Amino acid sequence: MIPAAFDYAVPATVEEALKLLRKNPEAKVMAGGQSLLSLMKLRLATPPLIVDLRRIRDLSYIREDGSRVLIGAMTTHAEIERSPIIRRRFPVLAQAAEAIGDLQVRNMGTIGGSLAHADPAADYPAAFLAMEGAVQVQGPRKARTILAEDFFTGLYTTALNSGEIITEIQIPIPPAVTGSAYRKMKHPASGFAVVGAAAVLRVGPDGREQRLRLAFTGAAAHAIRATAVEMALRGKAITEQAIAEAMQHATDGVEMLEDLFADREYRAQLVRVYGKRAVMAALQ
Amino acid sequence: MAVTALFGAKIKRREDPRLITGEAKYLDDLVLPGMVHAAILRSQYAHARITRIDTSRAARVPGVVGVFTGKDFLDVNPLPCAWQVSGAKHNVNTPRVLEVDHVSFTGAGIAVVVAEDRYTAEDALALIDVEYEPLPIAVDAEEATKPGAPQIHENAPSNICMDWSCGDEEATERALRTADVVIRQRLVNQRLIPNPIEPRGAAARYDPGTDEYTLWSTSQAPHVHRLLITAFVLGIPETKMRVISPEVGGAFGSKIYVYPEYPLMCALARRLGRPVKWMETRRENYVATTHGRDHITYVEVGAKRDGTITALKVKTYANLGGTLSTIAPGIPTTLYGRMLSGAYKIPNIFCRVVGVYTNTGMVDAYRGAGRPEATYVVERSVDLVARELKMDPVEIRRKNFVPRDAFPYDPVGILAGLKYDSGDYEKALNKALELIDYGGFRRQQEEARKQGRLMGIGFSSYVEICGVAPSAWIGLGGQGWGAGLWESGNVRMHLTGKVVVTSGSQSHGQGHETTLAQLVAHELGVPIDDVIVQHSDTLGTPFGYGTYGSRSAAVGAVAVYGSTQKIKEKARRLAAHLLEASETDVVFEGGRAYVKGAPEKAKTIQELALAASVAYNLPPGMEPYFDETTYYDPPNCTFPFGTHACIVEVDSETGQAKILRYVAVDDVGRVINPLIVDGQVHGGVAQGIAQALWEGAVYDSNGQLLTGSMMEYAVPKAEFFPWFETDRTVTPSPTNPLGVKGAGETGTIAATAAVVNAVMDALAPLGITHLDMPLTPRKLWQAIHGRKEGAR
Ligand SMILES: Cc1cc2nc3c(=O)[nH]c(=O)nc-3n(C[C@H](O)[C@H](O)[C@H](O)COP(=O)(O)OP(=O)(O)OC[C@H]3O[C@@H](n4cnc5c(N)ncnc54)[C@H](O)[C@@H]3O)c2cc1C
Repeated sequence: MIPAAFDYAVPATVEEALKLLRKNPEAKVMAGGQSLLSLMKLRLATPPLIVDLRRIRDLSYIREDGSRVLIGAMTTHAEIERSPIIRRRFPVLAQAAEAIGDLQVRNMGTIGGSLAHADPAADYPAAFLAMEGAVQVQGPRKARTILAEDFFTGLYTTALNSGEIITEIQIPIPPAVTGSAYRKMKHPASGFAVVGAAAVLRVGPDGREQRLRLAFTGAAAHAIRATAVEMALRGKAITEQAIAEAMQHATDGVEMLEDLFADREYRAQLVRVYGKRAVMAALQ
Repeated sequence: MAVTALFGAKIKRREDPRLITGEAKYLDDLVLPGMVHAAILRSQYAHARITRIDTSRAARVPGVVGVFTGKDFLDVNPLPCAWQVSGAKHNVNTPRVLEVDHVSFTGAGIAVVVAEDRYTAEDALALIDVEYEPLPIAVDAEEATKPGAPQIHENAPSNICMDWSCGDEEATERALRTADVVIRQRLVNQRLIPNPIEPRGAAARYDPGTDEYTLWSTSQAPHVHRLLITAFVLGIPETKMRVISPEVGGAFGSKIYVYPEYPLMCALARRLGRPVKWMETRRENYVATTHGRDHITYVEVGAKRDGTITALKVKTYANLGGTLSTIAPGIPTTLYGRMLSGAYKIPNIFCRVVGVYTNTGMVDAYRGAGRPEATYVVERSVDLVARELKMDPVEIRRKNFVPRDAFPYDPVGILAGLKYDSGDYEKALNKALELIDYGGFRRQQEEARKQGRLMGIGFSSYVEICGVAPSAWIGLGGQGWGAGLWESGNVRMHLTGKVVVTSGSQSHGQGHETTLAQLVAHELGVPIDDVIVQHSDTLGTPFGYGTYGSRSAAVGAVAVYGSTQKIKEKARRLAAHLLEASETDVVFEGGRAYVKGAPEKAKTIQELALAASVAYNLPPGMEPYFDETTYYDPPNCTFPFGTHACIVEVDSETGQAKILRYVAVDDVGRVINPLIVDGQVHGGVAQGIAQALWEGAVYDSNGQLLTGSMMEYAVPKAEFFPWFETDRTVTPSPTNPLGVKGAGETGTIAATAAVVNAVMDALAPLGITHLDMPLTPRKLWQAIHGRKEGAR
């Protein structure tokens, strides 16, 4: 609860921030501070320098550029939850934002921070995978794009290199999305997802031709796409029965997390149930 | 008249504006000139010998003022255990301000760093080198008593602190042998963490000129803290210390006790010559502040085929933790075993309680303190019998209730001489049934069951014990509590007509400043805004025992009431003198004294206060000033009761139990402020439901607290609950002149059993009769699907 000493910098531009990071390899950027500060207060993180991104203008926006929705990394959960663009295009993301913590956390926490932190129980990562998004990253020398499917690499670890800053989250607007939804069991203590399921569904006019993207958070060391379920449902009429059957494959090959609240077997059950519920909700 | 409406009026709490706007001053807001800050090193091991502590690196950190270990305080006594229950030998082990060479739980303090600021103190803490010799660990209270279990304290064979019993063992055995049915069940009442929003803390200042200490502590009982810290721990005159509780942000019992840090701060302040403050972090709070409950109970209940309960035999292992907290032994004995008759006429009762040391945090009173555990045993037992006999849970309650005309009722002697004061248990039950529409629900349930849905209803008809005070009963001549438990109340009326009330009780959220002012304004007939209430400072308040056990109304307010009566009487006599009337002809009513039949020629209480203060015209022998103190020691405890009813639905896919409706009908006697009573009920019900469904402190086999933060330990949030439907019946207590019983704990006492009974009712079609709390989704899902634990 009492952090170690640290220096604090408030750069005005991304370039300035990158320069500070280059000079101080141990430094940490801070977005909303909603994960980082807890770690520091417990002295689980003791960065010598905090580079606060909050004064950098132009990192907080939500806009469409034709084929994509672009979200600035510093956009808060509350802004995402309320955005008409997100609510119309990607209810799954608005619902994930809405499901995060409490109002104070949503007013401070950012999408860039949440993705970078890669908490195995965070809500966004499932939606991010199901929407097949990407992050735009600015490094000391070059910028690059990392696809959602390549982004999460382990427990609290991502494909970000040290010294890189996420500047933008990019989500392709699919031609015809029928529906999308996020469903989660909240841990009664932390409020994080015991299991969260994000579904993005496109169904053709005959009800058969469909394309499902389904992803889970809370199940494994990092958020995962349930490709086995997606495959199992391919070309089938989406009925509750069919979904339930397909969900039997949801944990195929997954190294399930286990904790006091949910052992592997029970967590696998939650994956099946919440997966089904998310797809059913996306169908509505 | 407005004044007569004050008793019983829904007045908004006067303390709330400053609490809500952040103007209130808590311990952490306290800044003293020259103050330094302490941080405490706590044992990482649950059971170990400390072979060496090297503080030299820590001491060299710039800004560190001093680093100390237990060896530096060998002249300070171990903390006292103030309640050794009569009838049982106690093997006492209490904490020292810092442990010297042996630790018995993670979180026990072993060293302290004092520095110019808390950050530096924490930095230095990490540089203290400790060598431990780990010892084998006992966590479970029942296991700890078995042969071969690790031995924690030399003076406590089999880790038993005390082995206590009440009731008639032989008669109960006999009744069980002849009962038509006997139900046997093991019940676990899991360990809880109290979680006040404000953790604990203390700041101490020592004045070398006067040799006096001032201690600010987050305390529910400042006078008791002073008494114990001076006379027992530091060995100095009680008069050399002043204890102040600043605003206290909740406690739930956990701030009754004297903890090691409080005398430690006093000793440090003296040694360093500077004021020292320590404020607990939440992580420390989880390991170093007391926990509650933690019982393993074996219950045997005998009944006739018609549902008449004939015998109740209970054996409980009460986990007391690694060392004893201030009143730990009294909770699972006097406040638990003696309440095991519940709301029922049970002709044979026997209870044995084994208090056990384990390598876990200390356990002491937590909101309800013994009565939630007793209610849980009784209310689960009643339901289990009903299930066995295929009886309606409501009918079995009705059948066994202590009837209305049986009061005062002696529950076959187990209350050691006390009697339930008054009650109408059926009335409260009927009201609850009506509110929840019992018949309607049973029809709805039948429909739901046809669709495979798991809906259930549960009841808890409780009786509890409040106003715990009769000193002859509770004290050294009775239950062994190390003092009396009367309460004090002083009322002064100044020359200006303003009234100051001081109380030995202490508010840490209960709203004393409103309730006591309401009572005094009502009695004296003055505007409520003319009354202020002071408490929580040993300087300026008469000795009092503080607030816990729902005693502030039933004992504390009655003391204040007594003082208002004395002032009224004095005012009446003074008025007679001024009106040149005979004392017997003058009455006092609504703030005015007048000759019977001539109310227009009255003296107001303000005029009389002025006359008493300027004092040039007093009746012969009358002392100036309105200033009266009362020490109230009631003849009996009070026994609130009621019925809570709860409807749940369990999601068979996820195992989640959802509370659909919650009805609480409480009878707390007469109600001074319904708003405050409702608030108390709401909070208590939330905590009680939380125990049933979510909360639970879990230690692993190494004695490490797995639920070490709010990320793992489920403190409930408002969104978890439906709107609580509260109602009341009013059966005045004959024990005190106000007719009040106490309302601070009914929620935690009743709710837990109501919820568990409801969930078991929901799972009845699956043949599930009992599962231990907390009824987490995983546990329910496993039971529903016949997996592992709980499947039966
Ligand atoms: C009480 C509470 C409840 C919560 N409940 C939930 C919940 O239910 N679900 C949930 O998903 N989350 C929850 N959170 C976490 C919350 O969503 C955080 O906001 C989020 O995880 C981190 O975002 P942030 O902006 O606060 O990042 P910070 O805490 O500032 O940073 C987190 C990490 O990301 C790095 N980082 C931040 N921004 C960038 C960037 N642009 N580029 C590269 N690295 C960056 C930081 O260096 C740090 O390592 C909760 C938090 C709290 C305090």
